[in-house]
Amino acid sequence: MRAIIFLLMGIAACPAAMSPAVVPFEKEPQKRLTPALSAALDNLVATKQKAAGIPRARPCSDEVFLRRVFLDTIGTLPTREEAVEFLKDKNPTKREALIDRLLERPEFADYWGMKWGDVLRVKSEFPVNLWPNAAQAYDAWIRASLRQNMPYSEFARKLLTADGSNFRNPPVNFLRSAGSREPAALAAAAALTFMGERVANWTPEKRADLAVFFSRVGFKKTGEWKEEIVYFTPPPADGTAPSSARLPDGTLVKIPPESDPREIFAQWLVYSSNSPFAKNAANRIWFWIFGRGIIHEPDDSRPGNPPSNPELLAWLGRQLQSAKYDTKQFLRIILNSDTYQLSPIPPDGKPRSGADLASYPVRRLEGEVLIDAINRITGTKEDYMSMIPEPFTFLPDDMRAIDVPDGSITSSFLELFGRPPRDTGLLAERPVNVTASQRLSLLNSKHILNKINNSRKLKDLVQSAPGQAEAIPLLYLTFLSRYPTSDELAAISAYQPPAASGKRQKLSDVAWALVNSPEFLYRH
Amino acid sequence: MKSLIIPSHAGLSRRALFRYSFLTTAAMLLGQRTGFSLPAEPVKLTAKAQAVIQIWLWGGPCHIDTFDPKPDAGHDFCGPLNEAISTNVDGIQIGRLLPNLAKQADKFSLIRSMTHENNAHETASYMVQTGHTEGERLVYPSMGAVVSLLKGYDAGYKGLLPPYIVLTEPQGRFSEAGFLGPKYKPFATGGDPAKTPFAVEGIVAEGISPEHQNLRRELLGKLDTLGRQFQNDPQFAEYRKCGDAAYDMILGEGAEVFDLSKESEELRNSYGRNTFGQSCLAARRLVERGAKYVTINYKGWDTHKQHFQTMNRKLPELDQGLATLLQDLADHGLLDSTIVWCGGEFGRTPRVQWEAPWNGGRSHYGKVFSTLIAGGGFRGGHVVGSSDARGESVVDRPVYPWDLTASMYELLGIDPDGTFPRTDDESVRLTPKIAGNVKSGGRLKEIM
Repeated sequence: MRAIIFLLMGIAACPAAMSPAVVPFEKEPQKRLTPALSAALDNLVATKQKAAGIPRARPCSDEVFLRRVFLDTIGTLPTREEAVEFLKDKNPTKREALIDRLLERPEFADYWGMKWGDVLRVKSEFPVNLWPNAAQAYDAWIRASLRQNMPYSEFARKLLTADGSNFRNPPVNFLRSAGSREPAALAAAAALTFMGERVANWTPEKRADLAVFFSRVGFKKTGEWKEEIVYFTPPPADGTAPSSARLPDGTLVKIPPESDPREIFAQWLVYSSNSPFAKNAANRIWFWIFGRGIIHEPDDSRPGNPPSNPELLAWLGRQLQSAKYDTKQFLRIILNSDTYQLSPIPPDGKPRSGADLASYPVRRLEGEVLIDAINRITGTKEDYMSMIPEPFTFLPDDMRAIDVPDGSITSSFLELFGRPPRDTGLLAERPVNVTASQRLSLLNSKHILNKINNSRKLKDLVQSAPGQAEAIPLLYLTFLSRYPTSDELAAISAYQPPAASGKRQKLSDVAWALVNSPEFLYRH
Repeated sequence: MKSLIIPSHAGLSRRALFRYSFLTTAAMLLGQRTGFSLPAEPVKLTAKAQAVIQIWLWGGPCHIDTFDPKPDAGHDFCGPLNEAISTNVDGIQIGRLLPNLAKQADKFSLIRSMTHENNAHETASYMVQTGHTEGERLVYPSMGAVVSLLKGYDAGYKGLLPPYIVLTEPQGRFSEAGFLGPKYKPFATGGDPAKTPFAVEGIVAEGISPEHQNLRRELLGKLDTLGRQFQNDPQFAEYRKCGDAAYDMILGEGAEVFDLSKESEELRNSYGRNTFGQSCLAARRLVERGAKYVTINYKGWDTHKQHFQTMNRKLPELDQGLATLLQDLADHGLLDSTIVWCGGEFGRTPRVQWEAPWNGGRSHYGKVFSTLIAGGGFRGGHVVGSSDARGESVVDRPVYPWDLTASMYELLGIDPDGTFPRTDDESVRLTPKIAGNVKSGGRLKEIM
């Protein structure tokens, strides 16, 4: 235990000179002034854990917190400078302050825009045929909404009820991305996206009922190439259109002929106390932060798949409502909690599912985040391509993968690391397992080896140190956002590449090993 | 359906076991690389062919100098290549620069009535590689990508190498995955099989010796500080298992399959010690180990100028490599289950352009051209269709690109009239519906 305290002091006081002897992932529990709502969250988690006899990991170290919160909020690694700055900061509220800063960074909208792009099927071609310039308008609208921190309730209403051109009023693309223009398909997309329910699990009657709310949506072409107008078609005068319909909670509502029934559904969805809207939204955000929903999968809510902690989910839904669907406000509650700030190391050495929140669930970085990290560290770029001719597409040379505006634009690396095809909007489209082909690519592909071996940026970094020994902490801070341990320094010091290889080979091999380590590859 | 990947019956042959072990040891679960594996179309046909080797003569080889000689057409058509030679099949003659192939004619058939009427490289390549017409709504995948989907991933293929492999350079967008997406793109080996080592992308890293690979691997283990905290964790166990599989490719079987020095010098020489010949040898080794579609992207057939000089240089290379491949596949018992087809996107103008600036060149010609096809259920020793006395137009039995792909699909046990598994749209078919402008001569029933 003394060693750990020593480690913390050591880092704070005197960075490079002292290397910790022990594992830099966790720290002793300390008294900490947790913000009230976050503490309430922790209580709900702890109550459940106590009742089930689930042990709890120790708090994570500052190093781990720093890297984790960067990745979870902005999908971007801290730079070496940001790491040094944060690690030496002695302010007891520095974690809270960092969360606030990150939520205001432009990359927040970039990264969460990518997540929403998966859910909302932002893709120009096959099987979701939005077409390039509509897909990009849609993407730009999503990211702008996130940048403005548009309340989620408003965001959802716009997606459900917008009318107009796919180019000029981008949220109309939500209904265009449903795969089919049939009312039943539009209803299914709405139920999946905003209720977290798969209509395949519903009765045929319930499905037909929801479809009625989307039965007055019209689609028409214009003279402009690939433009499409989404609009309200009034019911035929012969009285054959239904004049009432049943909402998913069973309530029968009247549908006046002059009003778009989508509005009636959206009103119920957002405001009714029977609507799963808030809980579903809270659960999806929870999933994005912890890798596992309280209902899991978050888009498979049904009686046979109950929440692992119903009280917590209900409470989170209420918090989102009382924050007026301000996602950032809601994220602050989660990110400041002790639950979020647990060590990744299971308390009893037993592997756990993540559902019990005994420790922070470790999972592989998304392909986009991973390649962006490698590119930024090495100062290299990536080629993206689209399967289809995209006359409206301009991809800047230094575009990051999390910014790619269209699911049809991709790269071999992203495909290998499981970029979601954006065919269904299901969260499970994004695999987070590791495969042998992925490891082969990171270990031995020309693509990755060239980035590491020929990196001007890494060369400059290494040369900025007086000698090889001093360069190692710089590499560690750059790749892993922490200082090396004494064991790691000893292993590196003992390492000898074959004599024939060049002078720089040793540091190149260290950089290669860091990229390939689970600590780099997994959020933890 | 018969599958070499996951044998469902006991009593496997040694060769089948070899393939099986290659695929399983080299590979862990690939996982679902793009998230969703969608169900394959039910395939009702029996598969005679398990794999395809495509020899792609990019640029368009001249039909009358190769598989459809017209020695009586005169100097303006034949130039110096005015002789045909007999083959080991009565009545079949081929160009005189193909003496080794002449001894293998019982193994292959020649289609002398290929046609699509298009003289542009990219459009013609698209039609021949995908078996689709240019006017359809979507960009279709090449046949290799389709086979990689239906005979590969959806049929349980779990090899580390993609089931669709190109030696050595990719052919560009008109021969790739189309709307199926990059997962179905071919793995392009890079490197040169005629050199030692054959530096295959991702497997053989230039400048890193096996010894150095081992040292680096050891260093990586020592620096895995986080992983040591997760000794019993299944996720980290998977990470390590995948690493072992990757190193099997780098230091084991992957490196082995591309290590052509494992073959006898005699065999290597008979393939020809050049990039094409050694690519043919690599193709056989790949198919032997379970690859589903191997393309040899053999460039240099766009002979607007210096046509005959180029033929004198390239045809002996083609002759030696392809003839040895057919013999070698047969010797290994693989020819019956492996389709080999050789051709380009079109033929070349039968009338030689003697005038400047061509000075003895031939231009693009999509009206009639030839393709060689062998193995995998196609009968050898036959000629399908014919061209006129000067090789200028189809005389009988036209064969359109989609007739050829449909025939190959059928032998691979894939329904050519089926739709792609990722769509319910009945218009998104493996081969186009024959109607209106889409003409057909029918599948190659006479040699199947």
